[in-house]
Amino acid sequence: MRRYLLKRLGAIIITLWMLATIVFMLVNVLPGDVGRRVLGPTAKLEDVRAYNAKLGTDKPLIEQYFRSIKNLFTFDFGDSFQSGGPVMDLILPSLGRSAKLALLAFIITIPISIAAGIFAARRQDKLADRVVVNAGLASSSVPEFVTASVLLAVFAVNWKVGKVYANVPSGTSLFGQLEYLLLPAMAMVISYFGYIARMTRAGVITALHADYTRTATLKGLDSGQVMRKHVLRNALAPTITVISVQIGYLFGGIIGVEKVFNYAGLGTLMLNAVGKKDIPVLQTTVLIVGMIYMVSTLLADLLIAFLNPRVRLDGGS
Amino acid sequence: MSDSPQTSGTVPALAIEDLQLAYTVRGVPRGVLRGVTFHVEPGEAYGLVGESGCGKSTTAYAAMRYMPSNAVIQGGRVLADGQDVTAMSTQELQEFRMTKASMVYQDPVQAMNPALRIGVQVAECFRILGQSKIEAKDSARQALRRVKIADPERVLDRYPHELSGGMLQRVVIAMALAGDPKLLVLDEPTTGLDATVEAEVLDLVRDLRSETHAAILLIAHNLGVIRTMCDRVGVMYAGRVVEEGTVQEVFDNPSHPYTMGLLNSIPRHGVRKTDRSLFTIPGNLPLIGTDLPTCVYVDRCPLADDICRNEVPPIVDRSDGHWTRCHHADKIDQIKPPEHENNDFDIGTDTIVKLAAVSKTFRQRGNDVPALVSIDLGFKEGETLGLVGESGSGKSTLAKTLLGIHEPDQGGSIHLDGRLVKDKATDRRVESIRAFQMVFQNADSALNRMWTVRRILHRSVTKLAGIHGAEADKKVNDLAEAMRLSQRHLEMKPRQLSGGLKQRVAIARAFAGDPRIVVCDEPTSALDVSVQAAILNLLANLQNDERTSYLFITHDIGVVRYLSDRIAVMYLGRIMELGTTDQIFAGPNHPYTEALLSAVPSIDGDARPRIPLTGEIPSPANPPSGCVFHTRCHRVIMGLCDITDPDTIELADGHTSKCHLTAEQLSVPVTFTSATV
Repeated sequence: MRRYLLKRLGAIIITLWMLATIVFMLVNVLPGDVGRRVLGPTAKLEDVRAYNAKLGTDKPLIEQYFRSIKNLFTFDFGDSFQSGGPVMDLILPSLGRSAKLALLAFIITIPISIAAGIFAARRQDKLADRVVVNAGLASSSVPEFVTASVLLAVFAVNWKVGKVYANVPSGTSLFGQLEYLLLPAMAMVISYFGYIARMTRAGVITALHADYTRTATLKGLDSGQVMRKHVLRNALAPTITVISVQIGYLFGGIIGVEKVFNYAGLGTLMLNAVGKKDIPVLQTTVLIVGMIYMVSTLLADLLIAFLNPRVRLDGGS
Repeated sequence: MSDSPQTSGTVPALAIEDLQLAYTVRGVPRGVLRGVTFHVEPGEAYGLVGESGCGKSTTAYAAMRYMPSNAVIQGGRVLADGQDVTAMSTQELQEFRMTKASMVYQDPVQAMNPALRIGVQVAECFRILGQSKIEAKDSARQALRRVKIADPERVLDRYPHELSGGMLQRVVIAMALAGDPKLLVLDEPTTGLDATVEAEVLDLVRDLRSETHAAILLIAHNLGVIRTMCDRVGVMYAGRVVEEGTVQEVFDNPSHPYTMGLLNSIPRHGVRKTDRSLFTIPGNLPLIGTDLPTCVYVDRCPLADDICRNEVPPIVDRSDGHWTRCHHADKIDQIKPPEHENNDFDIGTDTIVKLAAVSKTFRQRGNDVPALVSIDLGFKEGETLGLVGESGSGKSTLAKTLLGIHEPDQGGSIHLDGRLVKDKATDRRVESIRAFQMVFQNADSALNRMWTVRRILHRSVTKLAGIHGAEADKKVNDLAEAMRLSQRHLEMKPRQLSGGLKQRVAIARAFAGDPRIVVCDEPTSALDVSVQAAILNLLANLQNDERTSYLFITHDIGVVRYLSDRIAVMYLGRIMELGTTDQIFAGPNHPYTEALLSAVPSIDGDARPRIPLTGEIPSPANPPSGCVFHTRCHRVIMGLCDITDPDTIELADGHTSKCHLTAEQLSVPVTFTSATV
């Protein structure tokens, strides 16, 4: 078990390094230099040069690369090119806001979609099942930012339900925050509902047709007991894998939703950093999203191993 | 076995009356059971036999009222202890399954929930009877003890994947007995288990039967199992019971052409390929849903005439309780087994393929696992060597090493016509590759499902025989003809073919490059007996024509006896005994062979003592000291066998045994008090 964890953590570190490298390369492929971007087209050439020298962006790329990787491993994420303040000071509050929004979306999505999946599976090929499957398929085919825009236009603008700007003023009560966050969260719920519901349905159908379910039924258990004790435990393992992957997507999809609702989260920060070529901010935000993705996958694997005794994590017995 | 109990006055444990059941496919009901009638008396064991598709499992599940959602009962009744099962409310049905009737399934590994410990699953059966958690745990322990599990505590704590199939089947039986049922339905309970494990499970069921007096409905395609376990038997065909009677009457004096066909397709009474071809049943089962106001067997019956085609045959009594549904029951003796065909299978004198000191050691988690230990074997031209042994004995590893799928350890060598061949198939020259071919158990996954049969064979012909164009087309047609495949079959894809036809394609593929030796790994174990007979005939004929050698792996003793010239018995990667088929079946035998042969349930009803093989096969990673078989041997001499590994000695000319005991010592009969058939 310990060996397995060490192996996985090692893999995470290597992946993060590769991610950092890719981000660095992509950013430097973009045209224009940092000083010019930050200071604007009218700034004098000397000022731009001086600014670049201050940031170190006049150095050869390979040197910049090694410096950025070194800083990464010493947890020195550097200062924002744009604001001049430490990157972490910008990121932490944004991360908090994004996490809040993602958590809300998550809390709504999981029970609804799992319940819908089970409901559909028990009525396989009947009308109710078809409705769930097709609604799920349709909803997950629309990108989050489109759903977000539609929700914004219909609810916030037209019906005055919910807020156009999702930024919660400080001091708002927990319940009051819902008014701000519910619409963007719903945009994400709609996008993820379909996939999770369909995976749950597939898992439950497989388990319903399994021989052990037949054994349970012929023991004389009622259908509720069969479902709870035998079907769900086996059916939900694949669903959990899907959900964990969705956590990563959730943080990817949140970018568009935040933009539509002008929400000052990690996604908005990331998009701005791209526009301003703010490498330290961009690199760190990408790494954080990557980290969330990988840690959630790891947690899911551990959970699956816990639910399914056949999975041996360390490869030994 | 005792005779069936007197029927008058008692309510049958199970009575199925003219049951008609259909599956709705695209809105159309298609009949599967066309009026099934039989009953099982309290305490009686009733067997249902028949080939796949005859409706025997559907009948078994109907007795528990467990049917797929598209099943419709169109007529008839299912009465359990006088209660109509089809009319029960959900509540009553649960009650019925809890306390009156329970079931044991074919595949115990799949039948147990993989995510729950055994203890939880067994205790659950007692929890629903109203016991408290602690009581249920205690009952579970007793239930496991009842099915003779020596260490219940350990088993209760395990997950299903940590136990063997035989052990799991005991657990399933323990669960089935939880509610003290009056009726026990066993659906192919030992299919897929090793013969030795099968024998133990059957012993257990027999013991429990005399202890509980539950009625048993046993579904099996293995006639030997039915013969040794049941009082009466019903033979099913196309959704109808066509013959019924005591097992002795039906098996020794069959009165329906189908029963005769079934019994004659099985290699029994020691018949060999040199004696005659096997009896086969031509044609196919009628499709489900076909309207059959006739004799159901009419299309395949050698006695069929106009009356058979126009009228449902009446029940014709043969003797007390023995009846048949045949218009021509009196003419049954006209059906004769195939004439004596004096195929002289002459076996060449030269050894064409030779294995010398071939070992194979796998590395597993840093440990050496010896799967084959110093195997010496030679194959003469046109010779069949049968390979038997329990699962895990190394049979398949030997086959794969011969084929070059596994590389043998340093020091071993494989020769073809006296020349050394490379260890790895990928390093071998095309002549060596075509010389070694294989026929797999599961033809379904061995054939490319996207390709037509013609394309599959064409590719083999060009790859193996190296011929192209019109010549290759001709070769494909010749091959198909030799396998009795028609031109129509050549244009089909594997999924459109029946199991037997698929296996013919697989055999054709292996023979495309004129192989010297073909490894047949359980090629007929997934097939019905009548189809098996046709495949065995085909293999025998091909061998006669092509003088190919076979390495024939099987767990079916009757089949191995029919086809093999010599037999090798493997245990833990070692050849324990090797001899001609006659020598192996005449004895004296290595104690392992002796136990293996005694485990096979006989169709012929000859009682013989069974030598129990206690415990499970040890792990090859940690083989026992001395003779590897000493931990399970009934002739073990402690102080010798557990210390010294025996040499291979010659019992007779060409008959070797890896045992300390001499032929004289091995000839002394052993007596056991328990477990006699």
